[in-house]
This record gives sequence, C-alpha cells and structure tokens, in this order.
Amino acid sequence: MDASTIRRGAGMAARKAFTHAVLAAASLVIGLPFLWMITTALKSPAEVAQFPPIWWPSVLRWDNFSKAWSLAPFGRFYLNSVITASSGVILEVMIGALSAFAFARIKFKYSGFLFMVMLAAMMIPGQVALIPNYVVLKSLKWINTYQGIVVPHVSSVFGAFLMRQYFLTIPASLYDAAEMDGLGHFRTLTRIALPLARPVVGTLVLYLFISKWNSYLWPLIVTNKQNMRTLPVGLAIVRSAEYAIGPEHLMAASLFVLVPVLAVYVAAQKQLIEGIAAGAVKG
Amino acid sequence: MTARTRRDSLAFLAFVAPNFILLGVFVFWPILYSLNLSFFKWNMIAARKTFLGLENYKNLFEDPVFWQVTKNTLILAAATVVIKLAISLALALRLDKGVKGSSVYRAIIFSPTFTTSVAVAMVWSWIFEPTFGLLKVFLSPLGIASPHWLLDVNYSLPAVIIVLIWSGIGYDMVIFLAGIKNIPREIFEAARVDGASPWQNFIYITFPLLSPTTFFLTITSFIGALKAFDVVSIMTDGGPLNSSNVIVLYLYQNAFQWFKAGYASAMALILFVIIMAITLIQNRLSRRWVHY
Repeated sequence: MDASTIRRGAGMAARKAFTHAVLAAASLVIGLPFLWMITTALKSPAEVAQFPPIWWPSVLRWDNFSKAWSLAPFGRFYLNSVITASSGVILEVMIGALSAFAFARIKFKYSGFLFMVMLAAMMIPGQVALIPNYVVLKSLKWINTYQGIVVPHVSSVFGAFLMRQYFLTIPASLYDAAEMDGLGHFRTLTRIALPLARPVVGTLVLYLFISKWNSYLWPLIVTNKQNMRTLPVGLAIVRSAEYAIGPEHLMAASLFVLVPVLAVYVAAQKQLIEGIAAGAVKG
Repeated sequence: MTARTRRDSLAFLAFVAPNFILLGVFVFWPILYSLNLSFFKWNMIAARKTFLGLENYKNLFEDPVFWQVTKNTLILAAATVVIKLAISLALALRLDKGVKGSSVYRAIIFSPTFTTSVAVAMVWSWIFEPTFGLLKVFLSPLGIASPHWLLDVNYSLPAVIIVLIWSGIGYDMVIFLAGIKNIPREIFEAARVDGASPWQNFIYITFPLLSPTTFFLTITSFIGALKAFDVVSIMTDGGPLNSSNVIVLYLYQNAFQWFKAGYASAMALILFVIIMAITLIQNRLSRRWVHY
C-alpha cells in the first residue's frame, strides 16, 4: 500500500465518520421527544419538577398510566377510534378499488374526462369543505355518530390512482382468461386483480389507517359528546379541561394514542417508507 | 351501440358511482356552497340567512386579525419550507452514501411523519415549558435564558415552526432520497473521472437534476403549511394575542366557536383561491423550467 492509498483510505474513513455523526445527530433530535415523552410518563410529580431533568426515574411509576386512564373515558375513546378508523379504511379501499378497476379495465367513452375530474378533487383543500360538510351532516342528523366521522372522508382519489396504476400492470392475458371463465367485472376485481395487488393494497391500508387514526380537525367538529370523541380529540380535551393535569399523566395519555401507531410503524416501517417514496416519484 | 359497449358503460358507471357521489357531496359541492354562504350572515342554527352581498369580504379585508393571521400563515409556510427542505436535502445526501445503519437512521428520522399530531403537540408543549422543559437543558449551557415560548408573542410562532419542521423533515428526506437515487450513476462516474469534487458534484449534477423533486416538495410543503391546524390549535390556540394564529384556525374559530358561518366561508374561499392559484402556477412552471 503506498502513501496516497492510505491517505485516501483515511479520508474515506473521515467522510464516513462525518456521515454517521450527521445522521446520528439528526436521529437524536428526532428521537429525543419520544424518549422525553416516555420517561416523563414514568416519573413521579417530584421528578417531573426537577431541573436539570433526570433521564431515567429511580422508580418507574407505571401507575401514572392507570391514573391517566381514569381521567377521561379513554376506553370509550379507544373503541371510537378503532371503529371509525377501521370502518373508514375498509370503505375507502373498497370504493377506491371499484373506481380503480373501472378506470383500468372497463371501457367507457368519458372515462378519461372522469379520471381528470377525480384527480382534480385531490387539489381541493378539505378545509374549504368544513362548514358545508358540517351543515350537510347536521341535516342528516349525523352529528355525534360514527357515520358522521367516517363517511365524509371515504372517497378515494390517491388510493384509486395507486390501485389503477397497479391494475394496469397486470397482464391482459389474465383478464382475458377471467373473461373466458365467465367472470364478470366484479368477480374479476375481487378474485384476480385485488389478490394480485395485495402489496399495494396492504401499504394503502396501513397508510389510511394511520392517517384516519391521527385525524383531529374533522372528528373535533362533528362530535360534541364526550362518549363520541376519538382518541386525539379526547386527549386534547383532557388537557384543556379545568382540572390541573400533571405532565406525567398527560404524557401517559399521549402514549395511549401513540402506541398503536408506533406499533404499526415499527412493524411495517420499510413498507411504509418505500411505499411513500415510490408513490411520490411515480405520481 | 352494441350490447357489450352498453353493458360496459353501465358497469363503469356503477363502479365509479360511490366514489363520485361522495366526491360530489363532500368535495366539489362544498366549494359552491361556501361561495354561496360567503354572501350571507348565518349562525348555522337559524332557519333564515341574512343576505349581505360582499359585506363579509369587505369586513375580512378590514379585519386586522385576518391580516395578522394571513401574515403569520405566510411566515410559517415560508420558514417551514425553506428550513425543512435545506435540512432534509442535507440528510438525504448523507443517507445516499449508504453507510451501515442507514435504514435505522432513516426509520427514526421518518417516524414523526406518522406520529399523531395531537400527541406531538402535547410533548412539544412540555419540551417548551420554560422551567422544567427539555429545551432548557440545551439552552442554558449556551447562556440563553428560556423564553416563555408559548406565552410570548415573539416566540409562539417560531415554536410552532420548530415543531412543524421536526415533524416534516423525514418525509421530505425520503422523497429527496428517492429523487437522488433516480439520477443515473454514470453521470457521477463521468464527473469522478473528470476530477470533480463532492461539492462540484452537488452544484453541477445533484442539485440541478433534483429540481423536479425540490419543486414538488416546495409546492406541496407550502400548501401543507397553509393548512396548518392541529399543532397550532393544541400548542397555542393561536395565542397569545393571535401571534401564532393561522388561517385555518381562525376559520375554525369563526365558524365553530363564534358561529359566523358566512364570514368563515369567505375566508375558506380565499384560502381555496390561494391554493388553487399556487397549484396552477405549479402546473405551468413545472412544464417550463424544471430540468428533467
């Protein structure tokens, strides 16, 4: 090995170390709030009010979670969030798959025009629709109902677009074979196209579930009874309530909301990140 | 028309009907209805609406809070976009080196993208707490006294901006990374043969060839920031003295706290026009100058 190779090797090692330093620092900045949330949730009130803060409490106060749970009907909030998020995902995927299949496989004179109309909907900010949607739901008597939380947000543009792209890549011979076997459009969709599109549909389901679970503004507007609140809305209301709630209980309650999302993320992060990257580049 | 064409047309319409009915009722029609409501005074309860003509718009333009809120929103959007894009591009370039553990770094930095915004706002409110908050740990060694972030008119908006940057970096980074991976490696090979430095690589190859991605992210982040609500609403509720109030929150307050549906609808319409204008400019510009 001559001197210049060694120098180059040292330069490369330095560059690598720099890369690690930058990425580790960024991970730390992003990760610390999560850690701070968890350690706070396990502290005693005295430890919370300590500066400089301790990073790991001497005794882990797991009872903070049961105390936080009793501050509001969190069991009910959970039920509401699970019901609205999952029914919303199921409906949106079904509605999107039907549209996607029509645009990919069924001939219709105005198909191109309708496709443009559908995509145009993606540009319209949902905030414009808050008041009209509220008025519509009120006249339907859907305020404080699950359908009121779910139905205004199950039309599918992004999902329909994504699934259509996938349906177009399925070889025509498969569709022809389905037709020969006497399968109509609907059964071709449910028995051939959707099972083949499982990876795309799977990513879409996770993505939609998380975004519906996290949604705040619409459930806030369309519910005003405690027993119809979803988790994020319930959490916000717990904090703004008159009684004083300590940071340790607030962080514990925040973790109620976060844990399911983080669990999905940890289990499927690769799929979710790559799905997002692929979608943005192709879309 | 053959029986086949007819059957297909009917099937098509049946398949797209649920989606188009929902889009019609909950996405398209609301624009017209908002326009209509913006000419009235209405509390969303009374049977009668009072026709005001353009009064709501006139009042809006004379409302100092509306101007402040618009200014705040634009500052928030511009600051968030510029800082977020710069940091996320730098991180994407580092991730592209493919050092060991890159996928772990990526997963951590991306995680706020899917984190419930309400919970994010909760933990950050606690981080910004001036006496026991986490941020003080980093500020006091520098000799900086912690301001009352969320209660100080000078710091409430910056606090919100910090949180939005923290939340958004991961998404932008992943999109940038995908854009970088799309650049043909041969170009870098050729540049290396010509003796280009890493900095020259960035200035003459990566950055210009990334411009479609940069442009896409600039526009989508900007529009996203114009719609900011959750974090602002939880952390500061627009306060103190509207110093961190933004358009969507002010719209919400007018409509659902003060029941001024007409006034809020006028605001919604203005937001709609701004966002559509940006989208149309994007369509135009992306055809003209973006380097593919």
